[in-house]
Amino acid sequence: MSDPHSKPKFRWHIVVFLAPAVLVYTAVMIYPLFNTLRLSLFTEVDQARVYVGLQNFRTLFGDTVWSTQFWNALGNNFWFFVIHMLVQNPIGIALAAILSHPKLRFASFYRSAIFIPTILSFVIVGFAWKLILSPIWGIAPGMLDAVGLKSLYAPWLGKEAYALTTLSLVSVWQFVGIPMMLIYAALLSIPEEILEAAEVEGITGLAAFWKIKLPLILPSIGIISILTFVANFNAFDLIYAAQGALAGPDFSTDILGTFMYRTFFGFQLQLGDPHMGSTIASAMFAIILVGVCLYLFGIQSRMRRYQF
Amino acid sequence: MTKSTLIGAMLATTVLAGAAAAEDVTLTIESWRNDDLAIWQDKIIPAFEAAHPGIKLNFTPSAPAEYNAVLNSKLDAGSAGDIITCRPFDASLALFEAGHLADISGLEGMASFSPVAKSGWSTDDASIQYCVPMASVIHGFIYNKDAFAELGIEEPKTEAEFFAALDKIKEDGTYIPMAMGTNDQWEAATMGYNNIGPNYWKGEEGRLALLAGDQKLTDEAWVAPYRQLAKWGNYLGDGYEAQTYPDSQNIFTLGRAAVYPTGSWEISGFNGLADFEMGAFYPPVQNAGDTCYISDHTDIGIGMNAATPNPEAAKTFLNWVGSSEFATIFANALPGFFPLSDAPVTLEDPLAQEFISWRAECESTIRSTYQVLSRGTPNLENETWNASVAVIKGEESPEDAGKRLQEGLSSWYDPQK
Repeated sequence: MSDPHSKPKFRWHIVVFLAPAVLVYTAVMIYPLFNTLRLSLFTEVDQARVYVGLQNFRTLFGDTVWSTQFWNALGNNFWFFVIHMLVQNPIGIALAAILSHPKLRFASFYRSAIFIPTILSFVIVGFAWKLILSPIWGIAPGMLDAVGLKSLYAPWLGKEAYALTTLSLVSVWQFVGIPMMLIYAALLSIPEEILEAAEVEGITGLAAFWKIKLPLILPSIGIISILTFVANFNAFDLIYAAQGALAGPDFSTDILGTFMYRTFFGFQLQLGDPHMGSTIASAMFAIILVGVCLYLFGIQSRMRRYQF
Repeated sequence: MTKSTLIGAMLATTVLAGAAAAEDVTLTIESWRNDDLAIWQDKIIPAFEAAHPGIKLNFTPSAPAEYNAVLNSKLDAGSAGDIITCRPFDASLALFEAGHLADISGLEGMASFSPVAKSGWSTDDASIQYCVPMASVIHGFIYNKDAFAELGIEEPKTEAEFFAALDKIKEDGTYIPMAMGTNDQWEAATMGYNNIGPNYWKGEEGRLALLAGDQKLTDEAWVAPYRQLAKWGNYLGDGYEAQTYPDSQNIFTLGRAAVYPTGSWEISGFNGLADFEMGAFYPPVQNAGDTCYISDHTDIGIGMNAATPNPEAAKTFLNWVGSSEFATIFANALPGFFPLSDAPVTLEDPLAQEFISWRAECESTIRSTYQVLSRGTPNLENETWNASVAVIKGEESPEDAGKRLQEGLSSWYDPQK
């Protein structure tokens, strides 16, 4: 495109076009991120901010009061993530596979219906599910009763053993549309010729899915996994909307997000501590960074891509 | 262009407003009680302005959840109002220590408050007072009078009578004996532990001994309330583990439950919702004839911005807040929030009158965890929520709960080490 005869000029338009995004991103993401990292190295003594190096991290990991809460939250985060990986993503892939079937009627209706919950606010989802599952006004006990399974009903959100899994499944319900859409798009991009060639070879139906479509959508599945990982380790809203900042019962739904919120902004009589809060936020950042790096260098770089 | 015009216009109005107020001093009041806006504008402000010509009041509340953050940034920027509504205990103490709240210990109006009332807004050694106590909430039990009459139950005075009444309601089966859930956790601690507890630890006596390190949370007086709470689980509705605070309110006002452990702040809301007659009883004592103790918890105070340009006018207003005139207006406008001054007050609402009448019969105290003890990590208030819930559900024994809380407290609180 550039004129081959003249000396290459400094391409100002690149700077001009990048500037808005870079400036906005710096102001709302990069600066706060580094400031949070910086804040975690300070503490407040007698109304003054004092530099303490890594002392806050020592407290977070060394003091049992903090470390038990941290490991509990991290463990819960892992469980939250595991449920999403085991339930949300396979269901999303299955739904996409079904939706991409050419003979399915009302496909676009199903697609929209399944995707709609993702655009709902966490507050609405948390509140609606709390009502559905409520032992007092909820329809869950009545529905189970109608099919004779009342004995299976328990006040799930109030039981330590079930609360986190219940909320994970609520979150799965809300977000299953995302992997479905991404995979659906990937499936649609598989050229017909490949499938037809396979058909000639006698590979049809399920076999075609396992042998041809699945390998071709693996990169998309990888992207979905990493998106799920980042979203789950940053999760906060649903737990906060459904269970409050104390993430009951008995911290069984406490994840890093709620733990950080409680520490940073304070809760009831607990005064906010921005420095310890930033320490937790930095730890979250590190965990996510490590996870993403493992994926990028360990998995994605080895993944085979097919060009059509 | 339009923006600068707008800013200019705003500046002009500020200057004009300042000029207009030159003869009259206007005091701006910061508050989180936006629910009370109408009461301030229609009742409190006219009454004050009529009695004090030359001082105007401007009530500017913000949303409760945002108040602390908004107030802090306004104070730091120097744009906060002259009068500041104070949260009890550490949140306001921090403001005083940062130099934002003025020392008002010398105010004459302060004489009409008891030490318990003042404890919410004084320094730890009680030497300096920085807010005038304005309102408290009293804990107790509200009950469905129709249900009690139907089942032939009297207001219980002792613990034995209390549990006998609950048994009777449970046996009958028409009503859920007690409306409380553990989902939101705080009810179990606030309406449970700190409601019934003062009878065991003898109110202020036990609370101050705990502060001084003379009593421990593992002592019988502090574990016994958990023992009673452990029995409550039987009388709560099905699935109480997932029952939230609004659920409990609705269950009670719909007439589905007989007893509701609560605080007086519910009165005005419940009056409009319940179509049965409500009564109230204070936490039943262990043995007939024992002194009763009630949690008469300091909730709202009002202080002076240390940087106010009108300290004299502000002091006049704060003195008026301590008077019986203010107390009567406030208490009747907001049944359930009781004035803390010793000034005599008559309430028109029968339920509110019942609550406030306990002050004459019983000894008052405040919630045990609020002063000083929730300053460290782990936070005793949060731990008490957690322990109360665990005990009600039967997941932790009362003794273990006491032991856990004591370990947490002694890990940072020197007098308890």
